[in-house]
Amino acid sequence: MDVTKIKKALNNGLMILFSFIWIIPLLWSISIAFRPSNDVFKGLFEITGLTFQNFVEAWHEAPFGAYYIATILIVLGILIVQLLSSVLAAYAFARLEFYGKDVVFILFILQLMIPADVLIAPNYQVISDFGLIDTKLAVMLPYFASAFSIFLLRQTFKQVPKEFDEAARMEGAKWWHVLGRIYLPIARPTLIALALTVGSFHWNNYLWPLIVTKSEANRPLTVGLAIFSSTSESGANWAMVTAGMLFVIAPLIIAFIIFQKQFINSFMHTGVK
Amino acid sequence: MNKKASLRINAAAYLFLLPALIILLLFTYYPMLLSVYDSFFLKDNLRPQGVFVGIENYSYIFQDEVFLKVMKNNLIFAIGTVPTSMALAIFLAIKLNKSTRLNSWMRTAFFYPTVIPLIVVANIWLFIYQPDYGLFSRFFHTIAVPQIPWLTNIDWVMPAMILMTVWKEAGFFMIFYLAGLQNIPTHIYESAQMEGASGWYVFRRLTFPLLMPTSLFVLIIAITGSVKTVDHIFVMTGGGPNNASNLILYYIYQNRFSFGDIGLAATMSVVLIAILLLISAFNFFVLDRRIHYR
Repeated sequence: MDVTKIKKALNNGLMILFSFIWIIPLLWSISIAFRPSNDVFKGLFEITGLTFQNFVEAWHEAPFGAYYIATILIVLGILIVQLLSSVLAAYAFARLEFYGKDVVFILFILQLMIPADVLIAPNYQVISDFGLIDTKLAVMLPYFASAFSIFLLRQTFKQVPKEFDEAARMEGAKWWHVLGRIYLPIARPTLIALALTVGSFHWNNYLWPLIVTKSEANRPLTVGLAIFSSTSESGANWAMVTAGMLFVIAPLIIAFIIFQKQFINSFMHTGVK
Repeated sequence: MNKKASLRINAAAYLFLLPALIILLLFTYYPMLLSVYDSFFLKDNLRPQGVFVGIENYSYIFQDEVFLKVMKNNLIFAIGTVPTSMALAIFLAIKLNKSTRLNSWMRTAFFYPTVIPLIVVANIWLFIYQPDYGLFSRFFHTIAVPQIPWLTNIDWVMPAMILMTVWKEAGFFMIFYLAGLQNIPTHIYESAQMEGASGWYVFRRLTFPLLMPTSLFVLIIAITGSVKTVDHIFVMTGGGPNNASNLILYYIYQNRFSFGDIGLAATMSVVLIAILLLISAFNFFVLDRRIHYR
């Protein structure tokens, strides 16, 4: 009995150590960001003082305010339009019998396999032909539809008993009433899961916005940060770069702490990244 | 159902599908066809109209040492990251399966890298790998191991990328395994325990086989991920030294946006699309369909 207890304690201890190792990169970055810049190269726990100076300097050094606004607009834009287009398409796939349904369905499956993220070269051409280079719309446009969101919502909608529909129709309800009052409330958990995963995916997206934006007003935080860190790479500026990094991840970390359970469940639920 | 009603339903269905279909055609199908088309042309900043060259671009890239290298790099990157992070993910999921308060905190500790953008992760690990002042250098210094030039040596740069990627992805895959474990009925374990089976035996004969559907699902996500995520290269190495850390998508980026070679970038895009289609064909025909589209 005692041996198993010791084993268990040892086991727990090792796991705690292991998880601690996992969070060291974050803790270290945070500790650098709050240090006076002469202390940057001192040990992990050798902290002589705390300062907000790095954040102030980073904020003045690069237009993080503009980056924030661009990021928020881009993420919201994608979320609203993608969820809307997905809800409509998912409803059609889940509940309507139409000509060519299987073919259209397969057309969408292909997008799961070839995501827009890898089509950077030709998609740049498309955006350029539309004359949309260096606009927020260019960043958003390829993500206004997502096969993944459609399939996930379709699964959810299929679980709604058909009788609900029919009953509502009998009473003369229009399709948007049926969708809005029956389907959307039932799909709430799926919609929240999608909002969290799609939202964080686009908050984090880098390559595509890098390619299609040129001016500060249209650049999201990720692109801004990369420019910021590559122009002030020298050791002395570690403090400022880590402060900039925290600007980028603070909203995510805060949201993650508040919605910890939903976040983990959402990623489990959707499997997107 | 009468004809008129059926017509109305058809019209409604396509109306609902229209927004998503337009985007799908514009940003998935048209660009794929465009890549195939452009791949037959010599097309760059000097020749924006393009000169038809047949399949010359293809024979060129398969003789291009750098392209062959980035293909090989991508394979090594996938072999280095996918099984490692999956094994770690299974291990963590089994260890943290019981939902206690402590376990829930530890799950968070392993999962949080998923939520952080890769570009930030790359910045953090750039500091970790930094000679002299980086975390690793200091750690190795204290245990008196000679410094490793992580990002500047052609032999070390790929292991460095792989290590960082495993750190970022293991927690993400862990949650799929946690979900998979929830679906295994506990009475299976009880009977194994009654018969006095060892932990390793139970894992090998029960848990691992029962987690197979999850593993296949994670495998596909992991392989696709190793092809489509290259953000870290921008911050950490720029593909160097001597293309040792360059991957296919990053090389496409370089060809298109640094060298301005539209034809070659298109040709490589076609190869990348073909690779992704092969992966999904494998998924579709070899693995069980139900796993993906329950």
